[in-house]
Amino acid sequence: MSAPGRLPRWADYGLLPLLNLCAALLISGLVIRLIGESPWAALKLMAAGAFGAQDSVGYTLFYATDFVFTGLAVAVAVHAGVFNIGGEGQAYIGGLGVGLVGLAFGSWSPWIVVPLGIAAACAFGAAWAFVPAWLQARRGSHIVITTIMFNFIASALMTYLLVNVLIKPGQQSPESREFGPGAVMPSVHQALGMIGIPFAPSPFNLASLLALAACLLVWVFIWRTRWGYALRVFGQNPQAALYAGISPQRTILVSMLISGGLAGCLGVNELMGSEHRILLDFPGGAGFVGIAVALMGRNHPAGILAASLLFGALYQGGSQLAFDMPHVNRDMVVLIQGLVILFCGALENIFRVPLAALLCRAGGSGRT
Amino acid sequence: MEAFREIILLLAATIRVATPLVLAALAGLFSERSGMIDLGLEGKMLAAAFASAAVAAATGSAWLGLGAGVAAGAALALVIAFACVTHRGNQVVAAMAINIMVAGLAPALALAWFNQGGQTPQLDGPGQRFLGLAWPWSQAARRHPLPGLAYAELLSGHNVIVYFAAALVPASAWVLYRTRFGLRLRAVGENPLAVDTAGISVGALRYQASIISGVLCGVAGTYISTAASAGFVRDMTAGKGYLALAALIFGKWRPYPTLGACLLFAFADAGAARLQGVALPVVGVVPVQFIIALPYILTVLLLAGFVGEAIAPKAIGAPYIKEK
Repeated sequence: MSAPGRLPRWADYGLLPLLNLCAALLISGLVIRLIGESPWAALKLMAAGAFGAQDSVGYTLFYATDFVFTGLAVAVAVHAGVFNIGGEGQAYIGGLGVGLVGLAFGSWSPWIVVPLGIAAACAFGAAWAFVPAWLQARRGSHIVITTIMFNFIASALMTYLLVNVLIKPGQQSPESREFGPGAVMPSVHQALGMIGIPFAPSPFNLASLLALAACLLVWVFIWRTRWGYALRVFGQNPQAALYAGISPQRTILVSMLISGGLAGCLGVNELMGSEHRILLDFPGGAGFVGIAVALMGRNHPAGILAASLLFGALYQGGSQLAFDMPHVNRDMVVLIQGLVILFCGALENIFRVPLAALLCRAGGSGRT
Repeated sequence: MEAFREIILLLAATIRVATPLVLAALAGLFSERSGMIDLGLEGKMLAAAFASAAVAAATGSAWLGLGAGVAAGAALALVIAFACVTHRGNQVVAAMAINIMVAGLAPALALAWFNQGGQTPQLDGPGQRFLGLAWPWSQAARRHPLPGLAYAELLSGHNVIVYFAAALVPASAWVLYRTRFGLRLRAVGENPLAVDTAGISVGALRYQASIISGVLCGVAGTYISTAASAGFVRDMTAGKGYLALAALIFGKWRPYPTLGACLLFAFADAGAARLQGVALPVVGVVPVQFIIALPYILTVLLLAGFVGEAIAPKAIGAPYIKEK
């Protein structure tokens, strides 16, 4: 972003997102006050709901796992200067891949089926990202628009498949039958239980390890490989990249395929890890949370990890809040998410420019 | 005779479905022609749908509801313009922020104010909704199918917003192609530097375009909650904002072709409801979901240059930086 304010790294990665978050929370607090509840009490209830008990921590981390995948998906594309809004659809189709593996090979050993499911999630998600990517690379179609269109096409396709093809026979609601026992990602409480540590049951599962691995791999890829370097050069300055012999087409395709694959992994966490069947609209907006997470995490895996935890806590705390405050529901969290996108993304210069000026005056250390 | 009746009813349904699409697509036409990507149609419409239904429920007046809807749409448009024009923020990000914020805020406020699980109360009092206006002799005319039924169903019987939307298409074309404002608007979307050099404020034009977009989205949202249905429910715009954007692209950012695209998409939508499980000649039973996805597929094909070519305003998406 060609922002006039350049900040030292600690301010860019720490202080600025924090200020943005505070602004978002402040406005949400005003809305809660408008509704007639106490914002402070709401915040305390949310914190307790997200971290107050073992199972609520489990839920928080389960949601956070979703958001790591979708956040990384957005970030990888952003590094190449591509805005992938299609995470929701790619996650949905990725889940189809997981589901097909689970339904077809569910009776095999988990040692085979789980890796197969992960591979299918990546492949299906990447395939769904491929078409918009190819159209952008080869035909110059605006990728923001095409990825949005592909979200709707994915939704229609999945509704069709669930209603007509995959539905469990003799059932009303459009859901597939349960996966076989092999296609189950072990949950964390089971895994901890095996080594003798008791932990309250929750959908928190070992897909979270996959999310951590994805963070590490994305970091290595973006900052430690030649391909990642090409991606960043292209994202910063497509003209320079062209002169450096970096192919724009290939860069867009590579970034979008990785992005789609990462988004697809959401299906591993949600379907293999928790639901064990294919459901209608299981991504439930997590693809869009990814935008907020990537913006707040400054497109860096460490930042994305932190922002995912925050949003995991918001989602879990928010559903708890709905129990305790009858006039507040989980939609409040969606509002906070939108505000975070507004302040971290579109309005970031509001804080960035004065902050840069302030730091510059405070000691001339504003430039790095 | 029965088939003819069916066709007339299908066309009447098409008009009803097309109305919010036309309004939102024309809203997008103004802002996109000024060089701003308008992904926020959905959020502005949803906010207006909530505001108008809430005010109509509270005051009993659909017209006050319309005012509230327009105000809500315009207010959000100002937020977008403030972020994207004044602070040169990313337009796509700003629009997504608005869409997501509204998706959360509207049901949250609805729950707090009306305590009905995130809906507004049913609008059933007199004057709370925009109802169809029966034209003279339309009841009597129904008996004669060809001119009569068509007159009764297609021309007569719609609410005032439908007629407003119909009139807005030539009005927009006139503003865009026949007025000084329209010329400047088109210029600022193609080459803001030239407009700036001529001594006209790029920012002011984009603010104006954004507000027009907000106002029209406000009317569209009001139509959805107080005319097409009787009250606000969660996510009730259901992607119509994006569909309108697709229609705008399909219409190549021009008023009449955009109207055509809206009618086509609305026809597909109205037809999908009637075609459920019906076998068509040649193709057999077409899945409803395919028809629902058809506008999006067509738009992608168009953007890909496989059917015609869609050329966006040249400066779209880029914030204008004066001193560059």
